[in-house]
Amino acid sequence: MNDLVNEKTLVELSTLAALPFEPEKSKATLDALNEVLALVGQMQSLDISDVAPLAHPLERHQTLRADTVTEIIDASALSQNAPLYEAGLYFVPKVIE
Amino acid sequence: MNLNFATLTDLQKALRNRDVSATELTQHYLTRIDALDPALNSFISIQAEAALGAARRADERLARGDARPLTGIPIAQKDIFCLQGQRTTAGSKMLGNFIAPYTATCSEKLADAGAITLGKTNMDEFAMGSSNENSYFGAVHNPWDPKLIPGGSSGGSAAAVAAGLCAASTGTDTGGSIRQPAAMCGLTGLKPTYGRISRWGMIAFASSLDQAGPMTRTAQDAAILLEHMAGHDPRDSTSLNEPVPNFSEDIGKNIKGLRIGVCREFFTEGLDPAVERSIREALAVYESLGATLVDISLPHTPYSVSAYYVIAPAECSANLARLDGIRYGHRCLDPENLQDLYQRSRGEGFGEEVKKRILVGTFALSAGYFDAFYNRAQKIRRLIKEDFVKAFEQVDVIAGPTAPTPAFPLGEKASNPVEMYLQDIFTISASLAGVPAMSIPVEFANGLPVGLQLIGNYLQEGSLLQAAHQFQQETHWHTLTPPEAL
Amino acid sequence: MSIPAGWQIDIGLEIHAQLNTRSKIFSGASTLFGQSPNSQACAIDLGMPGVLPSVNAEVFKKAVEFGLSIGAKINQESRFDRKNYFYPDLPKGYQITQMDHPIVLGGELNILTSDGTAKIIRVTRAHLEEDAGKSIHDFKPGLTGIDLNRAGTPLLEIVSEPDIKNAEEAVAYAKAIHQLLTYLEICDGNMAEGSLRFDANISVRRQDAEKLGTRSEIKNLNSFRFLEQAIHFETERQISVLEAGGTLVQDTRLFDPDRHETRSMRSKETATDYRYFPEPDLLPVMLTTEFIEEIQSSLPELPSKRAQRYQTAHELSTSDAALLSQDRRLGDYFDAVLTFSGNAKSAANWVRGDLLSKLKEHELSITACPISPKHLGEMIQLIDQGVISGKIAKEVFGALWSKQTESAGDYVRQNQLEQVSDASAIEPLVDALITENPKQAADLRAGKDKLLGFFVGKVMQATGGKANPQQVNDLIRQKLSEV
Repeated sequence: MNDLVNEKTLVELSTLAALPFEPEKSKATLDALNEVLALVGQMQSLDISDVAPLAHPLERHQTLRADTVTEIIDASALSQNAPLYEAGLYFVPKVIE
Repeated sequence: MNLNFATLTDLQKALRNRDVSATELTQHYLTRIDALDPALNSFISIQAEAALGAARRADERLARGDARPLTGIPIAQKDIFCLQGQRTTAGSKMLGNFIAPYTATCSEKLADAGAITLGKTNMDEFAMGSSNENSYFGAVHNPWDPKLIPGGSSGGSAAAVAAGLCAASTGTDTGGSIRQPAAMCGLTGLKPTYGRISRWGMIAFASSLDQAGPMTRTAQDAAILLEHMAGHDPRDSTSLNEPVPNFSEDIGKNIKGLRIGVCREFFTEGLDPAVERSIREALAVYESLGATLVDISLPHTPYSVSAYYVIAPAECSANLARLDGIRYGHRCLDPENLQDLYQRSRGEGFGEEVKKRILVGTFALSAGYFDAFYNRAQKIRRLIKEDFVKAFEQVDVIAGPTAPTPAFPLGEKASNPVEMYLQDIFTISASLAGVPAMSIPVEFANGLPVGLQLIGNYLQEGSLLQAAHQFQQETHWHTLTPPEAL
Repeated sequence: MSIPAGWQIDIGLEIHAQLNTRSKIFSGASTLFGQSPNSQACAIDLGMPGVLPSVNAEVFKKAVEFGLSIGAKINQESRFDRKNYFYPDLPKGYQITQMDHPIVLGGELNILTSDGTAKIIRVTRAHLEEDAGKSIHDFKPGLTGIDLNRAGTPLLEIVSEPDIKNAEEAVAYAKAIHQLLTYLEICDGNMAEGSLRFDANISVRRQDAEKLGTRSEIKNLNSFRFLEQAIHFETERQISVLEAGGTLVQDTRLFDPDRHETRSMRSKETATDYRYFPEPDLLPVMLTTEFIEEIQSSLPELPSKRAQRYQTAHELSTSDAALLSQDRRLGDYFDAVLTFSGNAKSAANWVRGDLLSKLKEHELSITACPISPKHLGEMIQLIDQGVISGKIAKEVFGALWSKQTESAGDYVRQNQLEQVSDASAIEPLVDALITENPKQAADLRAGKDKLLGFFVGKVMQATGGKANPQQVNDLIRQKLSEV
C-alpha cells in the first residue's frame, strides 16, 4: 500500500490535532504513522457494504436525567490546577477572531 | 502467615480475628514499597499518611465489630482513577501535577467497602501501551525478572500485586491492559462486561472500550473486588443498570458439563510454542474437571487489531483534546499566541506514542478517510460482536492464550510498534465486543508466567470467575511468587 | 434596500435557541444568566479529565414541542455526535451535537412578506447541542479571559432551507421563530442575553441562474437589526465582487456593525474538518411513543390557530385577533375573560385597551396582572347587564387594579354605583335643565344635534355618572319634542 500520509497531510493533521509540526522529526513520524495505517489497512479487504457500524458495544438506549440542579460548584477546587487564573477567569493569549 | 502474598480472603479473616491490625498490615506494605519499589517503579505516588489514617479508622471499626467487607485491606489504584485531593497523572507529564477535584465512582465504592488505598500505580501514558514503557514516570520492571516488561498498560498495578506490595489493585483495560499484564506477572485479572463498572472519574482513553477491573492473586479475590467496584452509576450513561450478582459466593460450583470453546483463530503463527503448550495443558485440566472442549471459530478475529487501532485512536483523539493547558495540565512557557499555547503545551505534555495515536485517530476521522477507516472499523466491530453472539449459542466460555508470548525484555519491541500492537491480538476482540474476559496463570513457560484467557458472554462474569476458581482449586500456578531478591 | 436588478439572493438561517431548562444539557449545573465568571461551571462543563455527560430529559421534551408545532417529523431515535475543533471557549475540544440523527426533521413556518402575502419557509432540521463558553476581552492586556458559565447550556439549532429571498423575509422568519419559541415557553427569547442567535448562509446568483451561488456564513448575529444589516452588506459585497468579474470563496464571516461590513474569520475556521463521529459517552436516545403523544396532547393552541378562532368564532378584527394571540399567556387571559364575560368584543377592548396600557405603564407581564380574568369578566357582565355604565366601569377597573376590591359587583354595591335606569328619577333633572338652559334647548330643537351631548353631560354630572346615557338621550329628545 502506498503511504497514506505525506508531509503535507502531516502538517494538516497536526493543525487539526493542535500538535506541533516538527520538521526535524517528520520523517520518523511519517514512517510511524504509515506503518500503523498499513496494519490498519488489512481491514480494507473485507466486503462489509451491508454491515451497519457499531459505535457502542452494548446496543442499549440512553437514560435521561430529570432537569434539576444537582451540582454544587466549588470554584476554588475546580480552578486549583489552572495555570493562569484570576478573578474567576481562565486566561489565554489574546484571541483574534 | 506470610502477609506479603496473602489473598484478600486470608487477610479478611486475619483482620477479623485480630491476628493482624489494619495499621500493621498497611505499615507492612508501605515498608515493602520503600524497600522494593525503587527497583520496580510500580508506584507513581504513595499516600502513606492518608493510608495510615484510614488504617487507624479501620482498626477502630474492626474493634467495634462493624467491619465492612474490605475494611483494613490495603490496595493500590492505577493512576488513571481520580481520587479527590490527590495527584492523578494518567502516567503523563501533561497531568503531572493534576490534583483531582472528585473521586472515581469505583474508587469511592472500594473506599466505602473499607479498602485502603496505599498509592497510585504506574501505567503507560493515558493507558496507551502494552509494556509500560510509555510512562512519563519511567518504565515498570517485572517482579519475576526486572529486565523484563510487566505488560501494560496497567503494568504498575500488576507489578505491585505480583511483588507483594499490596493485597490487590485496580486496573483498566481498553484492548487488553488488565489481562496482558496479569498474564505477564502471574496474576488473575478481569475485564468485566463493558458498562459493568462506572467510568466516572476514570481518565478516558477510548470511551467505548475502556473498562475498569480488578487485578488480584486469585479468582476468588477478583470476585470480591468486582462486587465492590461494579454497579449502575447515573453519572456514567454507558454504565449498565443491572443487578450485581454475589460473585464470590457463586464461584464454588463445579464446572461439570461446562462447554469451553477453543477458538481456532487464537492459535496462530505468532503464538510462542511454549505458551501454546501451557494453554493446551490448561485445557486438559479443564477436561479433567468435567468440562467439554468445543472447537469454534471467531472468523473476524484477524481483523480485530486493525479495527481497534482505528477506533481507539479516533476516540482518544477527541478525548485528549481537553488537555489544552488552559484549565489544568501542562502549559508551555510564554505562549506567543493561542496556537502556540495549544501546540507547545500539547507537544511538550504528551509522549510520542500518545501523539502518534492522536494523529492516527485524527486521520481516521478526517474528511475523505472517515468511511474507509472509522466507519469500516465500526462495521468490523459489529462482525466481531456477532462472532461472539454466535459462539455463545454453542459454548459457555471461550478459552485461549492471553498474549502471544511471555514477558519480553524492556526495550525489545520499543522500536517495533506493530509487533508491540500484536501483543493485544487475542485480547482486543473481547474489548471491541464488550464481553467480559479474564486472564489466569497457567503452567509457566521458561520460568515465566503465562496467562490463559477466558472470555464470557455479556454479563457472565460469574461463569468466568467460577471457571477460573475451579481451575485454581486444581492447580498451584497462581500461588507461585517471584524470587524475593529483586 | 432593494436587490440590484438582475440578481437574486438565497438565504438559509441557522438559529441557535437556548432552551430554558433549570440545569444544563449534559450536567446538573445551573443555567442562570449573569452570575460571576465560572461560578456555574461544574467539572463536566469545564471538561475536566474523567468526567462524563448525562442527558437532561427536559431538552427532549422542549425539542419535541417545537418539532410538533412546525409539523416536523420527530425522530424517535436520535443520537449525539462529537464535533471536533479547538477553541478556548470549547473546554472539551469538541462540541456534543446531533449530526446524522437529529431529533427534529423537516417542518415549516408561515411568514408574511413585505407585500403582505403569506409565504412558507421550510425547516430542514432542528437538533440539540451544547452552548460554548464566552471569551472576555480587554480584562487584561494581551490576554483573553474564558468564562464557561454558558458552556453546556442547551441549544436547539433550527436550520432552514434557503427559501428566504431577502433581508426582510429573513427578519420575518427569525421573528416568527422567536415568537413560536417564546409562545411555547421553551426559550425566554431574551436577545440581549443571547438566548437567540442567528447564523446566516447567504449567496447571490444571476436572476436566470439555476444553481445557488457560493455561500458565506455570517456567524453570531444577535439581533434582528444586525441580521438585516448583515444580509444587506454581505449581498452587496458578493454582488460587487461578481460584477467586477471576481469569484467568491465559501467562507465564514463576522459582521461588524460599527464598520458596516462583514469580514472573514481568521482564528476559528483555519481548519474546517470537524471530524464528526458518534459520541461514545452517550447512547442513542429512544423516545417512547407515549412520551411524544403526551407532548402532542398537551401542546398549546398555536398562535395562528388561535387568531383564526378569534376571527371566526368570536368575530374579532384581524388586528385584535393577531394581538391577542401572539403571547400565549395573554391569549389564555383573554380566553378566561371571554368565558366569564361572554362578550368577546368587549373583552377584547378591555384587554387590549385599558389592561395592556396599565400593564405597560407598570412594566408588568400578563402573568403578574393584579386583576384576575374572572373579575374583569364579571365587570364586563355588569356593563352588559346595564348595571353600570362604561364610565363607571373605568372607575371599577381602577379599583380592581389597585386591589381596593376583589369583586366588581361588591364594589358597585358598596359605592352605590349602579346605573340609574329609573326614568322617574331622571325626568325631573331633565325638566330642570331645559328650563335653566332655554337657549340651548331651543337650538337643539332647531337641529343643533351637537347640543345633545351638552345635556347628557349635565345629567351624567348630576347623577355622578350613574345615569344610563342612552336612556338620558332618549328622554331629552322626548321632552324637547313634547313642548
